[in-house]
Amino acid sequence: MTLPLADVPAPEIDYKALSPLLAILGGSIVVLMVGLLRGRAVQRLVVPVLTAAALLAAIGLSIWIWEPGNQKPILVGALSMDTLAVGLSILFYVAGLFAVLLSARSIAVREAGSGEYHSLLMASIAGMVVLAAAENLIVLFVGLELLSIPLYVLCASELRRATSLESGLKYLVIGSVGSATLLYGLALVYGATGSTSFAGISGAIGAQGGVSLTDPLLLTGIALSVTGLAFKASVAPFHQWTPDVYHGAPTPITSFMAVATKAAAFAIFLRFFDEALINSQVEWAPALTALAIATIVIGNVGALVQRSLKRMLAWSGVAQAGYLLAGVVVGTRLGVQATAFYLAVYLLMNVAAFAVVIARERVSEQGDDLSCLSDLGRAQPWLAWPMTIAMLALAGMPLTGGFTGKFYLIDASVSGDYTVLAIAIVVGSILSLGYYLRVIAEMWLGRVDVQLATVPPRRARPVAGWSPEADARAQPEVTFVAVLCAVAVVAAFVYPDPLFDAAQDVGSALSGLRQ
Amino acid sequence: MGTFPLSILVFLPLAAGLVNAFLPPRVGRWVVTAATVAALAIVVWMIADFDKGSGGLHYVTDDAWISELGIRYSLGVDGLSLFLLFLTAVAWVFASLWSAVRETERVRLYFFHLALAETAVLGAFTAQDLALFVIFFDLMLVPFYFLVGGWGREETRVAATTKFVIYTLVGSLLMLAGAVALGALSAGDGQSISFALSDLSERTLEPGTQYWIFLLFAAAFLVKAPAFPLHGWVPDTYRSASIPVLVLVGAVLSKVGVYGFLRVVVPILPDAAQHFQTLIIAIAVVSILYGSILAFSQTEARLVVAYSSIAQMGFIVMGIFALDPKGAQGAVMQMVTHGLVVIPLFFVVAALTVRAGSGSLERMGGIAFGAPLLATLFLVITFATLAMPGSPNFIGELLILFGTFEDKLVFGLVASAGVVLAAVYMIRVFLRSMHNRAPAGVEQREASGLEAGVIAPVVAVIVALGVYPQLLLDRSEEATVAKVRKAGQLADNGGEAQAAPAAQQQVPQQQADPSQVPVDPSQVPQEEVPAP
Repeated sequence: MTLPLADVPAPEIDYKALSPLLAILGGSIVVLMVGLLRGRAVQRLVVPVLTAAALLAAIGLSIWIWEPGNQKPILVGALSMDTLAVGLSILFYVAGLFAVLLSARSIAVREAGSGEYHSLLMASIAGMVVLAAAENLIVLFVGLELLSIPLYVLCASELRRATSLESGLKYLVIGSVGSATLLYGLALVYGATGSTSFAGISGAIGAQGGVSLTDPLLLTGIALSVTGLAFKASVAPFHQWTPDVYHGAPTPITSFMAVATKAAAFAIFLRFFDEALINSQVEWAPALTALAIATIVIGNVGALVQRSLKRMLAWSGVAQAGYLLAGVVVGTRLGVQATAFYLAVYLLMNVAAFAVVIARERVSEQGDDLSCLSDLGRAQPWLAWPMTIAMLALAGMPLTGGFTGKFYLIDASVSGDYTVLAIAIVVGSILSLGYYLRVIAEMWLGRVDVQLATVPPRRARPVAGWSPEADARAQPEVTFVAVLCAVAVVAAFVYPDPLFDAAQDVGSALSGLRQ
Repeated sequence: MGTFPLSILVFLPLAAGLVNAFLPPRVGRWVVTAATVAALAIVVWMIADFDKGSGGLHYVTDDAWISELGIRYSLGVDGLSLFLLFLTAVAWVFASLWSAVRETERVRLYFFHLALAETAVLGAFTAQDLALFVIFFDLMLVPFYFLVGGWGREETRVAATTKFVIYTLVGSLLMLAGAVALGALSAGDGQSISFALSDLSERTLEPGTQYWIFLLFAAAFLVKAPAFPLHGWVPDTYRSASIPVLVLVGAVLSKVGVYGFLRVVVPILPDAAQHFQTLIIAIAVVSILYGSILAFSQTEARLVVAYSSIAQMGFIVMGIFALDPKGAQGAVMQMVTHGLVVIPLFFVVAALTVRAGSGSLERMGGIAFGAPLLATLFLVITFATLAMPGSPNFIGELLILFGTFEDKLVFGLVASAGVVLAAVYMIRVFLRSMHNRAPAGVEQREASGLEAGVIAPVVAVIVALGVYPQLLLDRSEEATVAKVRKAGQLADNGGEAQAAPAAQQQVPQQQADPSQVPVDPSQVPQEEVPAP
């Protein structure tokens, strides 16, 4: 008698394509175990270094499996490690690396435990990779949850600060509503098309497939899915959680959420709309256009009145989500490329800004209020310049990659016959000057005070033990991240070819698109 | 005709600015000043070397840059930009000299921004790719944001610079959208997207598309100029900024906008230029009258200059949109001479302010008695500003008015009033400050070495150009006339049709037929323009 199990063929697993994901998941487990060891060196040094090693390994493996044009799904069609997934997952890893560096002295790491903190960070990244590579509705949802749940915990990881706990709880509640809506929407899409795989859905919609474009089940499903995904990408009017959560969460986590979660959300936006639902573009494009315009306007107007830098960056992130959405809506290969390019630049400029906020809020009495940057140009030019470049880049000024990215998005919008989106991006940029310039003015154009010669203040030397006060004064790694990102933002303008090539490869992954 | 890598000219100031950032302040400022002098030397060499007869581009640099977006790194100089480069170089030499001799706050930062600004302006005047032009045009704002906001009058400078930059950036960003649309929409089937000005002027766009793109560009350039309804940033900026920065804003920055009209808008969007001709000329005439009248009623010396600039820029815009070879020639002449006049004018204002202890005309008077040299220099500048015969401004304004009379007689006549008004407000300033009875507290001191050193050479250039204007006109003629040829022909056809009631419908029909536009512009003699 043969065992019944023998009849079930084991799925063929392409370990090479999966290797970056395995590196991250393995790293997550190893770090969690190592974190159990006592000892300051382990907590402060070994765990972050192991995390960074895992992330670097994942980047290396991603470059190894980089193969433009390869669209072969793996794991029985569940995942597709094509250039879109791999390209964007490199962004997640890089954002993770920056988060590790920025949280090296964070209170959150101490309170939550170094091992847990870093392990959760990597689990979240793994979720993002799964999401970006998802080829069917179920994997999409699994990836989204794997991404979200660690982040709920990480937001609340400053256990003794009420706003941090509040932020985690808020994110959990609103995130769950979003997930539930999305799940409902996905179920309806499945109900309408009878398929969970993106290829199947794409084939089922339209004249050949038999599912009418105006099928109410399908339309309701799309509408609910848009809502659920819009929650994650903080697209208006589903953005209300963003300022509160960004403000309350530990700042390194905020910076990670701002760039990596957004990139992941747009990865699935691109896959879901420009791959699975591309045939019903006429139905969803007007709705997404309206959302994009609303997001651009609401985000920029919201940011105008903020004094807290984290809140301002949160609102600016909402506005940037609107710009990025424009690249999704046009549904062309150029749009995908522009979105990917902008995501990369967006990561650099935001991390630069957040790094400066982290450096300042640790030492200043005003926390992350705008005034913590007062006269920074004179006091700490190595922080002031990166912040200046980041602000100019976010505003889309030349000499920064932000200009090139915006140019690309406008180009994609106009070429894809969505001139209205190009105008919206431009109007948004105009509004955004109001708050980006205020930051620059605070750093450089403050009152010039006559400085009398005084005895230089005594330098606080690191005392024995782990002193956050002494730590906060010397934070070379934060300055390093800020300067590195700022230099990269300028480099993306002066010599953008590598980034363009990568974006082109990413765009080639979605084959069903117009040029 | 020699060759010269233009990138060196454009990026030399920026390189010096970067070096200056790592040097002691006492040395760094002279490094930047030396670089501006070197840039001037290069431009003077180009003027001497320039091939008069040719309207084409010289010293061309053309490399691929962002090929995916069709953006090329393409620089070149023709007769149109040659003297604007000269103006830029002159303004920067004296602005940095003025700042280097005096004590400046945060010297290294100041000179870095000064240098970056020169690179951006030189880049804008040499860019031969629309996207590159937009990049340099927008880039200009970054250093000027700092220069106006960081080194001006303490109380108002941040508000002033914010207003200045938001006003101008609104225009610039609209222009960015317009430029991308122009590149993307003019690429026909099978053509790849290109922003090269030479490609764009060959490709054709539907008049309807041209119209809205034109409006986006016009917004940017009219804000920068500044022209009447879009000049809100002017009083605050002129009141708050420091003198060297004002020299740069008033003399050079304002020219980049009108240069854009002549370089980009009129040759590439001829149908739209013709369609909106009357509107823009009307704006220009209103600017002339508004600027002149307000200049007359100001008590603050620098605001007189500010409003007189609005009027002068109105003349230039009018000359361009006469869409006539003479008008365009006059506009180029006037761009250069107005810039050259504004440079010493501001330094004189600074000298007067020091002597009177205040910038208000009511507190000045009698300075000529103790300062004959300063008074003489100021008199020459005053005559040039009010376009006295013999001054280069006279030639510029005359050409502009001739060009306008050809086709838009009424507007030309109204604008002529501006010439008279200029005499009124400039002579008022001269009399109030130099003659009259000296109020208590006015020092009747002669021009110091620095003051004479920065004012006298520029005055000498003005006089030289007044005596020998062909230096400029010969070199700029070919290039300038070619810019307005297409639109000028459209305007003439439209002008003839105006007698018929169906004129409005007729114009687009003619435009729809490309055979109406002669393919080879050199076949058309420039004097062919019929009398109205």
